[in-house]
Amino acid sequence: MPSSLTSAPPALSITGLRKSFGRPAVDGLNLNVRAGEFYLLLGPNGAGKTTTLRMVSGLLKPDEGAISIFGVDALADPIGAKQITGWLSDEPMIYDKLTPPEYLEFVAGLWSVPGDVAAARSRDLLRWLGLEPHARERCEGFSRGMRQKVALAGALVHEPRLIILDEPLTGLDAGAARLVKDVLQEKVRGGSTVLMTTHILEIAERMADRIGVIAQGRLIAEGTLTELRARTGREGATLEDMFLSLVDEDRAAE
Amino acid sequence: MNAISSLVWFARHERRLAWRDALSMMTAGRPDRERRAWIWLGAFAIALHVIAYLLVRNFVAKEMHADLTTLIAVTASILLSGSAMLSQAMESVTRTFYSRSDLELILSAPVKAERLFAVRIGAMALSAAMMSILLMGPFINVLIWRDGWRWLSAYGVLIAVSLVTTSLAVAITIKLFQWIGPRRTRLAAQITAAIVGGVFVIGLQTAAMFSSGTLSRLSVLQSDTVLAHAPGLDSPVWWPAAAALGDGADLVWVLAASFLIFLAVAARYAPRFAGYVLAASSVAQIARPATSGAHRFQILTPAASLRHKEQLLIMRDPWLISQSLMQLLYLSPPALLLWHNYGKAGGAVVLVPVLVMTAGQLAGGLAWLTISGEDAPDLVQSAPVKPGRLLRAKAEAVMQCIGSVFFPFIAVLLFVSREQAFFASVGIGAAALSSIAIQLWFRSQAKRSQFRRRHTSSRIATLAEALISITWAGTAAVAVSGNRLWPFSALFALFLLFCVRWLSPSRLP
Repeated sequence: MPSSLTSAPPALSITGLRKSFGRPAVDGLNLNVRAGEFYLLLGPNGAGKTTTLRMVSGLLKPDEGAISIFGVDALADPIGAKQITGWLSDEPMIYDKLTPPEYLEFVAGLWSVPGDVAAARSRDLLRWLGLEPHARERCEGFSRGMRQKVALAGALVHEPRLIILDEPLTGLDAGAARLVKDVLQEKVRGGSTVLMTTHILEIAERMADRIGVIAQGRLIAEGTLTELRARTGREGATLEDMFLSLVDEDRAAE
Repeated sequence: MNAISSLVWFARHERRLAWRDALSMMTAGRPDRERRAWIWLGAFAIALHVIAYLLVRNFVAKEMHADLTTLIAVTASILLSGSAMLSQAMESVTRTFYSRSDLELILSAPVKAERLFAVRIGAMALSAAMMSILLMGPFINVLIWRDGWRWLSAYGVLIAVSLVTTSLAVAITIKLFQWIGPRRTRLAAQITAAIVGGVFVIGLQTAAMFSSGTLSRLSVLQSDTVLAHAPGLDSPVWWPAAAALGDGADLVWVLAASFLIFLAVAARYAPRFAGYVLAASSVAQIARPATSGAHRFQILTPAASLRHKEQLLIMRDPWLISQSLMQLLYLSPPALLLWHNYGKAGGAVVLVPVLVMTAGQLAGGLAWLTISGEDAPDLVQSAPVKPGRLLRAKAEAVMQCIGSVFFPFIAVLLFVSREQAFFASVGIGAAALSSIAIQLWFRSQAKRSQFRRRHTSSRIATLAEALISITWAGTAAVAVSGNRLWPFSALFALFLLFCVRWLSPSRLP
């Protein structure tokens, strides 16, 4: 891990976060993501991953707790926190009747990115994501993978310091998934912080600086792959083995 | 499974889907509201019967006979409901082609799909008949009560008209498919349906305006010109009207002919439906022709970005354009009246309230699309913009559209009378802003594609929107007629708006 990561202020700090929808979805979660790291949040279905990310992105109001993004209190100053955050959900939400550049122009406008800067970034992103040949087509005819790439470009066009992605690789083919992974790794190399959920454990093993395992709304384990192996006492175990062992352990403790 | 049993099986499947769909529409998708929905429906039916009684009682008092004047009036009523049914049936046929829903499952199953499509054509006819019976039924019931059982045959005529209009709708839509292809048919069919729905009323009003200088449809139907050119009493043209008036023999002929037409159309076109559905389903996968030239980015503020996006989406929405076109079509008779009476005060008295009413309705639809029908709610919510500013920008986008649609009318009115132009502008603004406010207070997240069903999410909002638009239209009419009592009417509209705000769920940030 680069030494700069340990000295940098936290990209995200979550303290005592709670959210209930009749039953607790997030139950006193504490989480710290360091600036410039690729942090992966793992957990079984219904563990509270998406709810957590939606609260961090300002899409849901927590019942209790504190969220700080690069030192900005996301609950007291949501506009300030949103200014430095990019959000991408598992279901690409784009406008069918807009072309990719029109969509990116709209997103850039929402984040007050100057037109010439937005134009240059959009060109780069569209080229990077292989969307340049489709730049003059409306999104209505796009496949799921292409739509997800347009949505990803939208999440990156304002160059957020914290990129939050909820299952961004769901439904993508191998080529598109590789492209998205490359883009995210490039962003981390460029100094951005990525917080992402996924069910594809192979990605967690290959890409994540640190992994957090969440179950029943609480963080039950956290660390690098090596640290998690040490915690579970299973040298040479795959992440899948460790993940299942941690979740079973948590269930047994209930 | 033989042909008959598979037809019956498909019919049961369709009936179950249609029933649950209808229940869901009535209860806005909330099963706990079912009892309340039935009570509302009952109250609505009673109200319709009261209205029907008030409208029909004088008509019945004249002791109706199958003379030429009566036959013309009844034929016009049949054509009126027929044009509405044709419009609805064209919508249904287009929906069958373009909404994929269960069609992929059915087309991939080892069954003869034409049987399902034959049942679906039948369901469309039934749905058109039910809608027509819901609206015309109270009138027929009052006529049965006041004038005897002979009017029961009017229900038979409604069924016959629904069969013929559905057959016509299927034939027109399939012909459009063959002539202009699946991509263009959707928009063309939607626009045709919208025009067909209003063209008969508009035609009669236009004719009335040129012949008698009024917008009364009856004045045309009872005019000497129409009576002189109408076919003789023994002409088959009058069979449907005579059947509706209780002539049993004519009813048998009308029903037999309509069933034959329906069976012929179903037999001819049901086997081709599968092919058209497959062609339509591939439309979404065909990329639109690319726009020419690279996109030039503009420097936009968040609010300007939102306005620009909303305007682009509105301009590129074929369904919305067809609906707006229909609303604007209804403006044509009063606009013609204004032109006809140019320089006289009378035209504006008719035109201004229609303008105000249309502005309120149009603004309500547009406001729903921009405020509730947001396809990327996460994106907009995660942007660093205050929620209030977002909503204001969306309301501004609607007002800009309303302004551009109604500006030409105001410009013409300015030449007639500055005072009338002023009242029209204020009325249009008030009605549009009221509708936007109602949509804001009753907003609930939805997809733009659910526009057709926006009325089911809140009936209070729908009723309030219509009622307040009518009140503003009335206020404008009072004002342009020179009556100084218009401020009282305006205050009443504001009071209604206040009541609606009080009834609304507090969802404002």
